[in-house]
Amino acid sequence: MYQYDLIDKEFLVDRSNEFRGQVARRLAGELTEDQFKPLRLMNGLYLQLHAYMLRIAVPYGSLNPTQMRRLAEIARDYDKGYGHFTTRQNIQFNWIKLRDAPDILDKLAEVDLHAIQTSGNCIRNTTSDPYAGATAEEIDDPRVWSEVIRQWSTLHPEFSFLPRKFKIAITASAKDRTAAKVHDIGLLLRQGRDGSHGFEVIVGGGQGRTPYVGPTIKEFLPTDRLLSYLEAILRVYNRHGRRDNIYKARIKILVAALGAEEFARQVEEEWEKIDAARADLPAGELGRIRAAFATTPFETLPVRSEAFETAKANDSAFARFVRNNVRAHKQPGYAIVEVSLKAQEQTPGDASAEQMEVVADLAERYGFNDVRVTHAQNLVLPHVKLDDLPTVFAALQASGLATPNIDLISDIIACPGLDYCALANARAIPIAQDIARQFADPDRAEEVGELKIKISGCINACGHHHVAHIGVLGVDKKGEEFYQLSLGGSGAEDASIGKILGPALPADRVASAVDQLVGAYLNVRADGERFLDTYRRVGLEPFKEAVYAQAD
Amino acid sequence: MPKLIELADGGARWAEDAFVNVTDEDAIPETGDVILSLARFEAEGDALLSSNSRRVGVRIESNEEIEVLAYDLPRIAVVALAFPKYRDGRAYTSARLLRERFKYEGQIRAVGDVLQEQAGFMVRCGFDAFEPNDGATPEAWTKAASRFRHVYQRAADERVVAFEERGN
Repeated sequence: MYQYDLIDKEFLVDRSNEFRGQVARRLAGELTEDQFKPLRLMNGLYLQLHAYMLRIAVPYGSLNPTQMRRLAEIARDYDKGYGHFTTRQNIQFNWIKLRDAPDILDKLAEVDLHAIQTSGNCIRNTTSDPYAGATAEEIDDPRVWSEVIRQWSTLHPEFSFLPRKFKIAITASAKDRTAAKVHDIGLLLRQGRDGSHGFEVIVGGGQGRTPYVGPTIKEFLPTDRLLSYLEAILRVYNRHGRRDNIYKARIKILVAALGAEEFARQVEEEWEKIDAARADLPAGELGRIRAAFATTPFETLPVRSEAFETAKANDSAFARFVRNNVRAHKQPGYAIVEVSLKAQEQTPGDASAEQMEVVADLAERYGFNDVRVTHAQNLVLPHVKLDDLPTVFAALQASGLATPNIDLISDIIACPGLDYCALANARAIPIAQDIARQFADPDRAEEVGELKIKISGCINACGHHHVAHIGVLGVDKKGEEFYQLSLGGSGAEDASIGKILGPALPADRVASAVDQLVGAYLNVRADGERFLDTYRRVGLEPFKEAVYAQAD
Repeated sequence: MPKLIELADGGARWAEDAFVNVTDEDAIPETGDVILSLARFEAEGDALLSSNSRRVGVRIESNEEIEVLAYDLPRIAVVALAFPKYRDGRAYTSARLLRERFKYEGQIRAVGDVLQEQAGFMVRCGFDAFEPNDGATPEAWTKAASRFRHVYQRAADERVVAFEERGN
């Protein structure tokens, strides 16, 4: 994987020193909170309900064991012993003291981590496929391009004060694990007929109050023209995006107002004026970055592992884990392992310091020092030998990290909700826990199959409820927490925005309503249909009836 | 009147501001260098410039596009780009286009909500004069603008980009 060189390291030291100075000025009273706010936000430091929250960037969701152990140390020394992995592959600490923040950033910089551009109206962390470099599905390693964008977008002098935040996702597989179509820019790597690679460029997807699946504005952008084309998109947005209303400032509003065709025309017109030789990345640098990702020293192994097959035959818990949490690897004899952060009673995406250390140890001993964070708020060990899988499973299981529920009904995405967030109308975490409890029987969960539930505590949609198979949105009804259900959304390659099922329900009705929805699905599903497929075939009515009929 | 900081010799220093900022309500003074709004410049700029006895600058608001100045740029001494709020980043694009696309060689001045925390971005985009709104001194400005030993992308300045440092 990419290793920071002296330039990357010195950059982080400079950043850390800058922020230390700013915090000192704030603590000395030289800066008011108003003046300090944009500075702390540029370093990922938010003021939440109870304390400061520090969001740390995990570029394209990739961590090494040293970094993971440092995150564990920060969780232990500066937080309450845990951290929260986010849908954008970052990690947040929710109980940070302002005076500690500079020390934390120093400790992060020592292991090549930082909080640059994890908030503010700038280009945020570029997210990518957590299976990058491991899945046979991909036509190229998307981390190469993610790293190119990381560097290009870091403290970009022209694009650090955009109308609103800006998020880019890249995937190179047909199966999209990044929610690319609901990002400000989604880049889908495609192979042309002549074998060359290009990006399908999607612009103006998003969630929040006005959810959109983004339109494609360019079918095939040659990969070596990526940076100049991004510059053109960002420039059109910087100049013409709305700045009068925070809720209308995302690029999706501009794209929708102009129409995708006109927006694409403006981008193309700007792109033609850009000096490509200056704007696009030189081939030599691209080669350097590419080489850094091509170094995983896989062994030549047989496709079949006796140790693995024996364990699968003898241990039903292991077999269940394999069915649900283990994915095919491009290299014979290896597998991709999903580490679930969705155990019963756990807050989705939370990991304790001890759990982080267990994952770091396993990555070091069995996984080429590679850990990934997923959009679904789980972790991945992308390269584990089949021979080692039983051992890895046992270690994960002993630490509560082997819940066999990836993509199943209890693999829920939830925002922090009213338990932490100043914007929330309602709690999200207890609802996720209720639903997980309702489907605690793993046989039943497997019988139900892939079902993506996502919960947001308010209309800002950080829990991605718009693109859930079953979405749950917290609303405030005369001071009481109510929840509006929606069906049929997807953030994947078949992206769509969910439709509202009916009137909002009280908190204690959500899990039983989900149970009723699942019952209705099981009644009418055809062979091999996921919940989403059945919904798309039969529509809203049978589900509506299942939830609301008895109340009438 | 805010004091003016100019870039010079790799740093920043106080500068005498020879220009008078003329608002649309003011009469244009008989003599001396002036900065006008775009509307005023379009109406009266030609006459002022042909009198040849003074320099003329134009103030561009963040919702105005610098392309409209393209023809006149060689005769304009100062383009003052306004930041109504520090969060309004449109002037960064205007500055880059002036330098990189239109090869403008006159002064590009940052006016309005201009804070030392923006110094690095501004200098990289081609600004070379600043009317700070936060009491920043040239020393503070220089320090803020040169905090980072490395940069990752090309802009309007001459800084060596990370990939060039790496020999690529």
